[in-house]
Amino acid sequence: MQSFMFILLTIVTLFSALMVVTRKNPVASILYLVLVFFCFAGFYVMLGAQFLAAIQIIVYAGAIMVLFLFVVMLLNLRDMDNVEGKPNAWQNLGIFAGIGMGLVILAYLSGSPGMSIAPVGNNPEVYAMGSAKYLGKALFMDFVLPFEIAGVLLLAAVVGAVALAKKKRA
Amino acid sequence: MTETIAFLIEKSIVAAGFFVVVLGVVAYATLGERKIAGYFQDRHGPNRAGPWGILQPIADGVKFFAKEDFIPDRADKILFVIAPTFTFMAAGFIMAVIPFGDRLTIFGREVLLQIADINIGILYILAISGLGAYGIVIGGWASNNKYSLMGGIRTSGQLISYEIAMGLAIVALLLDHGTMSLRTIVMQQSGAIWHWSVFTHPIGFMIFLVSAFAEASRMPFDLPEAENELVGGYHTEYSSMKFGLFQFGEYTHMTLASGLIITLYFGGWSIPFVPIPENPGILWGLLTFCAFWAKTLLMMFVFMWVRWTLPRFRYDQLMNLGWKKLIPLGIFNIVLTAGLLLVFQSMGLTN
Repeated sequence: MQSFMFILLTIVTLFSALMVVTRKNPVASILYLVLVFFCFAGFYVMLGAQFLAAIQIIVYAGAIMVLFLFVVMLLNLRDMDNVEGKPNAWQNLGIFAGIGMGLVILAYLSGSPGMSIAPVGNNPEVYAMGSAKYLGKALFMDFVLPFEIAGVLLLAAVVGAVALAKKKRA
Repeated sequence: MTETIAFLIEKSIVAAGFFVVVLGVVAYATLGERKIAGYFQDRHGPNRAGPWGILQPIADGVKFFAKEDFIPDRADKILFVIAPTFTFMAAGFIMAVIPFGDRLTIFGREVLLQIADINIGILYILAISGLGAYGIVIGGWASNNKYSLMGGIRTSGQLISYEIAMGLAIVALLLDHGTMSLRTIVMQQSGAIWHWSVFTHPIGFMIFLVSAFAEASRMPFDLPEAENELVGGYHTEYSSMKFGLFQFGEYTHMTLASGLIITLYFGGWSIPFVPIPENPGILWGLLTFCAFWAKTLLMMFVFMWVRWTLPRFRYDQLMNLGWKKLIPLGIFNIVLTAGLLLVFQSMGLTN
């Protein structure tokens, strides 16, 4: 049952991810990206991390992608027909970087035979680890310094955004 | 194995039953809204179809199906069709975690009157209601109409802004309850009436109520379909049952938002001053079910009351209220709640 779900999710994820980069219409791309995030949430649930799955949907599918949609609709981009001709130097570089990254991942996977994403089944201990309680304890006891630093960083980013957006009074 | 099958059958019946009840309430909410609007404006409201107009929802349904189904020429056909379905679906999914009642014993089985009591219930609701925006935004965009697009853009801005305020109100509530399971939250509010969260979290309740109005795009926050500036907003180009589904989705959202407010702040299905029995019979289950709906219908009346009393906000006022008032207030509420909890705990008082 779980391996069947895993294969189904994988197929949908890969298909939607392919659709994200091949669609000419930016709105369609965004909607496929939302589907990809949904599948990720599905994987998290299968790994026993329900809390992470919910956060994934709230933050990515519910907030960030709505913002993306907001911006695309404001710019009112229709089909990107004007993107044609030979790829420029940057795009060539991007293709090389992508192939290189794929090779690195492939080498890593082939080097570690024991690595696989095993479904957790009904192991209650693993499920407890995915709960908000466990995550909260880990964040505020073992990783409190990185957590606080990340918080300060975000605050700085928010202040920076406000400073940039604020118009100077003449 | 038989236990699994019995479980599946039980859950299917419960889910189907709730679906029918919710849809019935939603259908009659449309009639109730028009009746209430009528009384507010000193007229009768619909009274032609059956006595007191009780057949009006059926007449409306037939009418929706009989109208011409029109798709604009330059619209994005697929997204145009998906959008209303998505709106309705996202609203309906919330149903899965709302506790409609306590347990009841029937045929020797203890049946939980809730489709799924998951341990991240509140987060699930936040996640699903965040998705509700897509239906409206996509519908507005796919129509290929300036007014629809304006409605869609307003929706995305409005929902993102008020979702933050709603989340902050919920965080304060979670600090107190220490759980995200909606059933446990209801159990903790049972007993005396002052256990209700509305008395222990008055600021959070106000924030949540205002955000719930905005999330459901109800007056005074119905900017996405402000008819005197945007024709019909996101559903300008929609006709027939596609428009009907948008309307139906909106009322479903309002019904379940009322149910959620009741669950979080008014003790859900619990009956004040009545303890939860060890071995519930059928009667107890039905009583809690009725208690839940009685409270929810009252809350829905508040939604309609506000709609026919207050004028609409301007869009900049809406953003001001969301970002400059509700969010700072929400953060203040979290700090206040955490501080009070610390004081109570150090004094050795629980709750």
